[in-house]
Amino acid sequence: MRFVDCNRIAFGAVARYPLRTTMMLLATSIGVGAVLMLTAVGESARGYVSHSFRELGTNLVIVIPGKAETSGAGAGVLSGATARDLTLDDARALLRSHAIKRIAPVVVGSISVSRGGLERETTVLGTTPEFATIRQWKMALGEFLPNVDMDRTSPVCVIGYNIRTELFGNRPSIGKWLRIGDRRCRITGVLEAAGTSIMVDTNEIVIVPVSYAQMLFDVSGLFRIIVEATSRETMDRARRDIVQIIRQRHYGEEDVTVVTQDAVLSTFDGIFNTLTRALAGIASISLIVAGVLIMNVMLVAVSQRTREVGLLKALGATRRQIIALFLTEAAFLAVFGALAGLGFGYLATSGLRRLYPDYIFMPPVWAAVGAFLVAIGCGLFFGIWPARKAAALDPIQALAGRQS
Amino acid sequence: MIRLEGLCRDFPVGDQVVHALDHLDLAIEAHEYVSIMGPSGSGKSTLLNMLGLLDSPTAGNYWLDNVSTATMSDDELASVRQEKIGFVFQSFHLVPRMSAFENIELPMVLAGLPPAERRERVMAALGHVSLTSRIEHRPDQLSGGERQRVAIARAIVMRPAILLADEPTGNLDSHAGQEIIDIMEDLNRRGLTLIVVTHDAAIGGRSRRQIRMKDGHIEADTA
Repeated sequence: MRFVDCNRIAFGAVARYPLRTTMMLLATSIGVGAVLMLTAVGESARGYVSHSFRELGTNLVIVIPGKAETSGAGAGVLSGATARDLTLDDARALLRSHAIKRIAPVVVGSISVSRGGLERETTVLGTTPEFATIRQWKMALGEFLPNVDMDRTSPVCVIGYNIRTELFGNRPSIGKWLRIGDRRCRITGVLEAAGTSIMVDTNEIVIVPVSYAQMLFDVSGLFRIIVEATSRETMDRARRDIVQIIRQRHYGEEDVTVVTQDAVLSTFDGIFNTLTRALAGIASISLIVAGVLIMNVMLVAVSQRTREVGLLKALGATRRQIIALFLTEAAFLAVFGALAGLGFGYLATSGLRRLYPDYIFMPPVWAAVGAFLVAIGCGLFFGIWPARKAAALDPIQALAGRQS
Repeated sequence: MIRLEGLCRDFPVGDQVVHALDHLDLAIEAHEYVSIMGPSGSGKSTLLNMLGLLDSPTAGNYWLDNVSTATMSDDELASVRQEKIGFVFQSFHLVPRMSAFENIELPMVLAGLPPAERRERVMAALGHVSLTSRIEHRPDQLSGGERQRVAIARAIVMRPAILLADEPTGNLDSHAGQEIIDIMEDLNRRGLTLIVVTHDAAIGGRSRRQIRMKDGHIEADTA
């Protein structure tokens, strides 16, 4: 039997029962579509997170006080508990490394700010002008913190866009005094409104000089030092230099954790990749269900066409030919279903993109190819039994329409 | 051409064993026209299935063209059926979703013949059964006589040596039945060995050689 003829006969059988074919198409296409949709969601979550991390700046190395035992966020990282603080002098010393372009020490705390009768609790970030450069912050009004020595506790501040709206409304804010805790700062600038980025909501923030924040919260240490390496290639060099410099300054003790942006990114990438694969795996179960349905449908087909099988045998069809005919029929059901599923999946994800333009709902190519192949594989696998059953029929019984 | 020696076919029915064929000996030469008659249950259909290699004997031997069929595998039997034997059934056994043309073509499709040759042979076979129009029609659009003509065309399209017909006129009116018999007899005159199972004495009586069966063995043979 020629390949073309085998396909033609099998296709004839598929076309002969349009309702059955449509139902099978639906079952398989839902499975394939589900894989595409779920992996698209997983991928877009991954894309969102890695995009957010990139927005933090480029070639970043973060120095955290305390030695974490694991590379991720260990107990020490979260609590910041350490024997020895990171100081402004430590931060300044890091600039000795040629691999380091700029640094920004960070102190963070929560405190109430007020102006006139309006008061609210907010996050206060103490840092230096370099921080705005690293994060590529833009100003809506005025200027960022003055570029002076980081030890100076100038009473100035920059406020987030929402803070300005809530405390000042439409009235001018630049040059006005803002009460932070029990002190007063003059507002020099307002940050441009921005979308929520991970870690900090820049709309809801007040930024003061780092020494001023230390005074405000009565701390001597730093929460973090953000370091920008001169290039991607020098990040590792910067990392080693940081460890060495801090160790020198801390009497030989390596009591800081140094995290590179790449390491964090790849950790999150890994987590989200695993998540996407898990989603794909879960959705694949529906492909197996579709496969079982194909098996069911093919068993019905074999019993409906018992006489035809008997005839084929009388006409000299071999076992292999009968298996080939029924398997091809099952494959057609699976292939058409899978194609419909691809169409359905891409259509649905493009619908999602329209609804949520902020996220990139795009099924990864491996998911599309994988779902397609798994669907066909399931169709074939579950088609084997009915096909073998047909091939094993006794010709005389089959011609009489009996399946024994 | 066909030689049966001590052929037995037993069917277990409950605790008992029914001897559908009971030590049957038979020889049929090429180009013969044989009718097999007998009451139902006499074993004539079993004999025909046996001759058509659709069934295998419980005991005994079947030589076809001096080759023993006893040791053949299923696939070898299939290929002998394909090359040497054509079947005509009482209920036609046409594939309902295929046109007359496709039905006739089917054995050649299974044999893997190229499409051009298939078309040529279908046309030649249609000439033999006097059916040239309506070949694109599906079986349910054809009359009984036309269906059986399509079935005969399908049976001879592989140019077999033997045509086995099981009650070929059983589902036809007498006029259409007569036409079918005429077609098959014409094919026999052209050299095809024709074996017809029937319980219609008028049809059985037309053949040169008549075999009467009873209880699984041959009661009378005019040869």
